[in-house]
Amino acid sequence: MHAPGSALPEILVAGVGLTPIGEHWEKSLRSIALEAMTAAVEDAGGLRPQALFVGNMLAPALSAQTHLGVLLADFAGWRGIEAATYEAAGASGGIALRQAVLALASGEMDRVMVVGVEKLTDRIGSSVEAALAAAADADFEAVQGLTPAAQAGLLMRRYIHEHHVPEHGFAGFSLTAHANAVGNPRALYRRAIRLEDYASAPMLSDPLNLFDAAPVADGAAAILLTRGDRHRPAGERTPIRILASAVATGPLALHDQPDPLGFEAALISAGRAMAQAGMAARDIDLFELHDVFSIYAALALESAGFAERGQGWRLAAEGEISRTGRIPISTLGGSKARGDAGGATGVYQAVEVVLQLQGRAGEAQVPEAQVGMGQCLGGAGATVATHILARADRL
Amino acid sequence: MTNHAPMLKPVQDVGIVGYGAYIPRYRLPAREVARLWKSEEGGLPIREKAVAGLDEDVVTMSIEAARNTLARAGINPSEIRAVWVGSESHPYAVKPTSTIVAEAIGAVPHTQAADWQFACKAGTEAVQAAIGMVGSGMAHYTLAIGMDTAQGRPGDALEYTAGAGGAAFLLGPAAESLTIIEGSYSFVSDTPDFWRRANERYPEHGQRFTGEPAYFKHIEAAAHTLMEALGSMPADYAYAVFHQPNTKFPQRVAKTLGFRPEQISAGLLVPLIGNTYAGSALVGLTAVLDVADPGVRILVVSFGSGAGSDAFSLRTTERLAGRQGLAPTTQDYVARRTEIDYATYSRYRGKLVMK
Repeated sequence: MHAPGSALPEILVAGVGLTPIGEHWEKSLRSIALEAMTAAVEDAGGLRPQALFVGNMLAPALSAQTHLGVLLADFAGWRGIEAATYEAAGASGGIALRQAVLALASGEMDRVMVVGVEKLTDRIGSSVEAALAAAADADFEAVQGLTPAAQAGLLMRRYIHEHHVPEHGFAGFSLTAHANAVGNPRALYRRAIRLEDYASAPMLSDPLNLFDAAPVADGAAAILLTRGDRHRPAGERTPIRILASAVATGPLALHDQPDPLGFEAALISAGRAMAQAGMAARDIDLFELHDVFSIYAALALESAGFAERGQGWRLAAEGEISRTGRIPISTLGGSKARGDAGGATGVYQAVEVVLQLQGRAGEAQVPEAQVGMGQCLGGAGATVATHILARADRL
Repeated sequence: MTNHAPMLKPVQDVGIVGYGAYIPRYRLPAREVARLWKSEEGGLPIREKAVAGLDEDVVTMSIEAARNTLARAGINPSEIRAVWVGSESHPYAVKPTSTIVAEAIGAVPHTQAADWQFACKAGTEAVQAAIGMVGSGMAHYTLAIGMDTAQGRPGDALEYTAGAGGAAFLLGPAAESLTIIEGSYSFVSDTPDFWRRANERYPEHGQRFTGEPAYFKHIEAAAHTLMEALGSMPADYAYAVFHQPNTKFPQRVAKTLGFRPEQISAGLLVPLIGNTYAGSALVGLTAVLDVADPGVRILVVSFGSGAGSDAFSLRTTERLAGRQGLAPTTQDYVARRTEIDYATYSRYRGKLVMK
């Protein structure tokens, strides 16, 4: 059945699960992933998946572990199922979700688990920085010492210059994310911050300060999907449907991007997703974007059509991104305050959109949300995965 | 758990018969380290740290502290049956610090001598063993020392705090003691929060991992277990001393355990002398004993990376009064202060490697 609007067959969310993002020193990568997957299976009433799609970026570099598909399938007690890992830096989780959607849409599978997992705290300092920098062009960027924060700093400087952003013009992103995280018991930092805190934060990569950057930590999120025509989730819970799934890429290296502030891959990815869903930006009730740096939140809002070019920062400055604003973002804290678990981000976003649409977001609930979008970034917007989810009972 | 009686209690009651501190005179302000390494001065972990002079090391400093201890104990050093020095800055990799100390104070030859190693709890580990040796009847007196000239890699967060100093304690029969050991306890696990491999000049550490799963977990577990075994409460103690790697950690662990700031203030020396590693909790205890009245209780909990904590519950006796002034007090050493700059510090601590 192709419901009105969406080009995809009916793909439903059977269950979701996630772990708090934090410094889980006492837990291994597999334990964190299992926690999220077990929660998703329980949420789905014990449904066993046919396949496991893993989104992960850093396990080879920081845990000396490849082959996460079988590792996690076996640890979960699902020997025999199909399983593999998908890697696209910070977009890994979104890519794994996209692959699950394709597998279900093709008719080859009925029940698929997607887990995004990241374990960073087994290593410290420069080794984590180096692993994160490997998401850039190793030969031409990382080797010069260009880290993700340095990339974002360059883009932010250019943005401020071109669009005449006043001092602390990006503060609203950080303030909103922290204020939203107060209502999320699984967030890393559940503390609101003031403009003075933002203004006095140490500089990371001028003009990007500590509060413009998301903290990285351990975490896992899982979502169990089914084809609606073969397996309909039981129970009273509001059914959620994936209306769109789209991935786009741009040049990997920042210096190869003809228009770095155009965030072209995000523009293409969001555009494809909206076309697939038969929707426009005005139809989206909330947007879980990848605010790994505040500048990327501004660029994501612009490229998805929520603001004109050069005006994304104004949405934050004018309160339009709060839970009651025109386009709520980072509703449970986002990467900035919920915490950023690298390649798990895309799955965290999808799970959080589901919680919002089902009215399960507790104190962080966005009122009357019916359609939500999630979008994760690999590198400085080099890979972008966008998903649109909606309440199936309101379509 | 197979051990249902975790508290350590010797068959004969043991106490501290003498104590003595030593802190070198030089001070390197934390702002001076921040100046060189271009760090923010807002959140400096201490005000300044004590630095050993050119002619000082763990041997000379241990001898100073041991002599202060003997001055307060008033015993014949030839009666000491063990001289144990805990440190992570032993001058020799092979050759004991403790034989040099034992010789210098006149404890040789009828004595044990050995060096202890367990990061910042090497000194309190020596105290535990010293209690056992006296408590079993093998020895009348034993001398346990915790002393360090701690190493901090230039530019590392630990360079602000890695200080020098420590203390010595003479353990003996309770009847002769200034302070009775009511009970003690040790809690350890394999936790790699901080280490220095053989032949390395400077230690490495797990950054934030050194906090919650290391320092706080072990100190809280050791303190809880000992107080539970003794049936004591934080309010029963006039003073508490916790290992002091910076100013915040001991303040936070004290608060978590239910101690008030005034209970830890007398022993909280880290803001003015830095982290003296194997000497840290012990030199804090000497500062408390300098001012404590007879009949009060003191809780001491060390922490050593790698990791573990030793906890001691003490009660001062009438004998303490009158002994405090027989040697320089710890605050005398804190006040004896010559400020140096980073260049002088580099020279004194051998940071300038010329070949």
